[in-house]
Amino acid sequence: MRAATHAKWATGALSFALVATACGGGVGSGSEDPGVVSASWGDPQNPLEPANTNEVQGGKVLEMIFRGLKRYNPRTGAAQNVIADRIDTKDSQHYTVTLKPGWTFSNGEKVTAKSFVDAWNYGALLGNSQRNASFFQYIDGYDRVHPQHGAAKAKTMSGLKVVSPTEFTVKLNQKFSSWPDTLGYSAFMPLPRTFYSHHDAWVKKPVGNGPYVVESYTKGSAMKLRKWAKYPGSDKARNDGIDLRVYTDNNSAYTDLQAGNLDLVDDIPATQLKNVRQDLGDRYLNQPAGVIQTLTVPIYDKAWNKPGMDKVRRGISMAIDRASITKEIFRDTRTPATDWTSPVLKTQGGYKAGLCGTACEFHPKEAKALIKEGGGLPGGKMTLAYNADTGSHKDWIDAICNSINNTLGNDKACVGAPVGTFADFRNRISARKMAGPFRAGWQMDYPLIQDFLQPMYYTNASSNDGKFNNQDFDKLVNEANAATDTRTAIGKFQDAEKILAEQMPAVPLWYQNGSGGYSQRIGNVSLNPFSVPVYNEIKVI
Amino acid sequence: MGRYVIRRLLQMVPVFIGSTFLIFFMVYALGDPVAAMFGDRAPDPATAAQIRADLYLDQPLWKQYLHYMGQIFQGNFGTAFNGQPVTELMAAAFPVTLRLTLVAILIEMIAGILLGVFSGLRRGRAVDTSVLVFTLVVVSVPTFVSGYVLQFLLGVKWGWVKPAVSIDAPLGELLLPGVVLALVSLAYVTRLTRTSIAENARADYVRTAIAKGLPRHRVITRHLLRNSLIPVVTFIGTDIGALMGGAIVTERIFNIHGVGFQLYQGILRQNSPTVVGFVTILVLVFLFANLIVDLLYAVLDPRIRYA
Repeated sequence: MRAATHAKWATGALSFALVATACGGGVGSGSEDPGVVSASWGDPQNPLEPANTNEVQGGKVLEMIFRGLKRYNPRTGAAQNVIADRIDTKDSQHYTVTLKPGWTFSNGEKVTAKSFVDAWNYGALLGNSQRNASFFQYIDGYDRVHPQHGAAKAKTMSGLKVVSPTEFTVKLNQKFSSWPDTLGYSAFMPLPRTFYSHHDAWVKKPVGNGPYVVESYTKGSAMKLRKWAKYPGSDKARNDGIDLRVYTDNNSAYTDLQAGNLDLVDDIPATQLKNVRQDLGDRYLNQPAGVIQTLTVPIYDKAWNKPGMDKVRRGISMAIDRASITKEIFRDTRTPATDWTSPVLKTQGGYKAGLCGTACEFHPKEAKALIKEGGGLPGGKMTLAYNADTGSHKDWIDAICNSINNTLGNDKACVGAPVGTFADFRNRISARKMAGPFRAGWQMDYPLIQDFLQPMYYTNASSNDGKFNNQDFDKLVNEANAATDTRTAIGKFQDAEKILAEQMPAVPLWYQNGSGGYSQRIGNVSLNPFSVPVYNEIKVI
Repeated sequence: MGRYVIRRLLQMVPVFIGSTFLIFFMVYALGDPVAAMFGDRAPDPATAAQIRADLYLDQPLWKQYLHYMGQIFQGNFGTAFNGQPVTELMAAAFPVTLRLTLVAILIEMIAGILLGVFSGLRRGRAVDTSVLVFTLVVVSVPTFVSGYVLQFLLGVKWGWVKPAVSIDAPLGELLLPGVVLALVSLAYVTRLTRTSIAENARADYVRTAIAKGLPRHRVITRHLLRNSLIPVVTFIGTDIGALMGGAIVTERIFNIHGVGFQLYQGILRQNSPTVVGFVTILVLVFLFANLIVDLLYAVLDPRIRYA
């Protein structure tokens, strides 16, 4: 009797719950389409406009739905023509871009010179608040559409001129020989008319010209992409589609992969690295990515920039046991760095193993002597700043400090200095409030040696957080940019890097790998140099 | 009764204004969020200034707050940094969390009260002792441990359930997360019920009821349980608010895109419209849940009157 009363009561409450929350239904979950691959995703931080996407989650989608003038080969990283037929120049400053015919957006609109020029002007215009606006800074007239102070004085950049539907010219405001190779970056993608005329609708369901079309997009939760059958390019999708699912925690994604509910994860949680080979076998991916981690020294601080401090900085670099840390803490998902670039550039792209020489090797005795010779750590101790909210940086920062402390035989020489949030961390860096070296990660925008050096170490460059300035370095970078021959340019850049090895404005730590894992249902999975899965090549078995 | 309710509703106004201001102030105190939008690179100053102007971040704190409150009274909770209106995020997140909370509350009520009644009526016997040991274990295991362990065992090892909840979060998939979320509260409900029942079982009115010759189940459900439920109802009422806001850990483990997910994302990106908007709604839920609890007292115990 009592049980019956309870049961009635419980069903009553349950039906109430069902009615109260019935509005939550809708789109069917996880359509078990046999040819479709499900993959983990994170909520993109910004609206999915090409010139507004500067992080990898939004970048995944753009890589699937857009093709630009060039594309970086997923294996070699070389910039190869896609829509561009030719990009000609005589002086490394005036360029003529000729397009291949036959390209269209998935809504049928033709991809013309205007599709590019309008998109670039939109991206550069200050009033559009595009995060990647600075990528257009080399185009003549950028300073008028995007002035440092005040409102824009022009709507379009004077350096861009449409000649015919298949041709446009670009005038740069400086010589920049490798500029065509930067055009594979997502900020340079073409945009259809509907982007401007129905902008809100476009952001809700982007339309592009890549191998996939967006079928549905539930912001913050999921995106369904399907193969575009009429895609005119040669890199057609080899599966029927990709379902991107947002995971808040990479642990849940990994668990879902193990349980067979998810086909692809592109971020193995740090806590699972020791089991991953056993769990996934050869379905575990661990490939070099264009990311280098460094400790940037605040050169703007006199204490770190007096005569002799270059020896101290080099000594600190030599006191770090990179090999043990990458092995023990990162389980070989990082490789000790021996220059300031990345192995994904390959030797022909300017990567040179060992360029840093002994200064990036672990030599405790010499390190101790060098630091002493240079006058010792400022005030006898140093802090290593990092943001504590993401990425479990504490472990390796503490390991580096241990390594330095052991070298110096002083338990209190180096301590980690956590900063609560990433935003606060970045604000302190911009405000030049860092009292000691701080962690810095650099993810390349395009696989060029220029992108690893100029933004970070050129005087007053956009990401020169330590405010390093060295005239010889600047001169070599200028010469490299003006050189018309790639090999000469790379040689000059490497000479510039040798100055970094002497001055050590940033201590190279390790090259970061991209990691991932996939289910038995799919094959031919790889990561590109940006550690994004090459979705269009995945095959469903 | 009516006047009491009106008085309570009016009291909510200052609480509402005070709490929104405090939250607004705290998110503001975290610093400028624009720097984090550019990843590891320094933002271009002109773009950063433009974004600040777009998001009304270039104004002093009090102006930002007034602007925000002005918007709220027009039903506009502002825009998240990814360009989505916060009301849209709420419409997606609250039904999911509400469902999860209801599942959890149901589980903790049914299981908690049943266990409490059984052990309370058999005080000091084997049933009572084992229930007490069980609650002790449950209380001492943190949610993320029970969550990950149950997820791995049921989801991966035995494959009974999906380890992560799909986007629509249907009720069936919310059962396991609901259990995990309910576990700790369930233990408290059990213990509260048990103590209360054990105390009241020797009260005069129970003896009277038995002496009248009423059947045992009627004595227990009508007289003993009804009087013993007051502390339990108080606890469950406040627990609704706590469960809705405190589901962050459970929602992360099971990848449920509810309130906890949005709050976590909002705090990480220092997105004040999202955080303030969601917390404001949670504050309201909390206030109303408390009001309903207070009104329920009168239903459970006729001696309590509100004027």
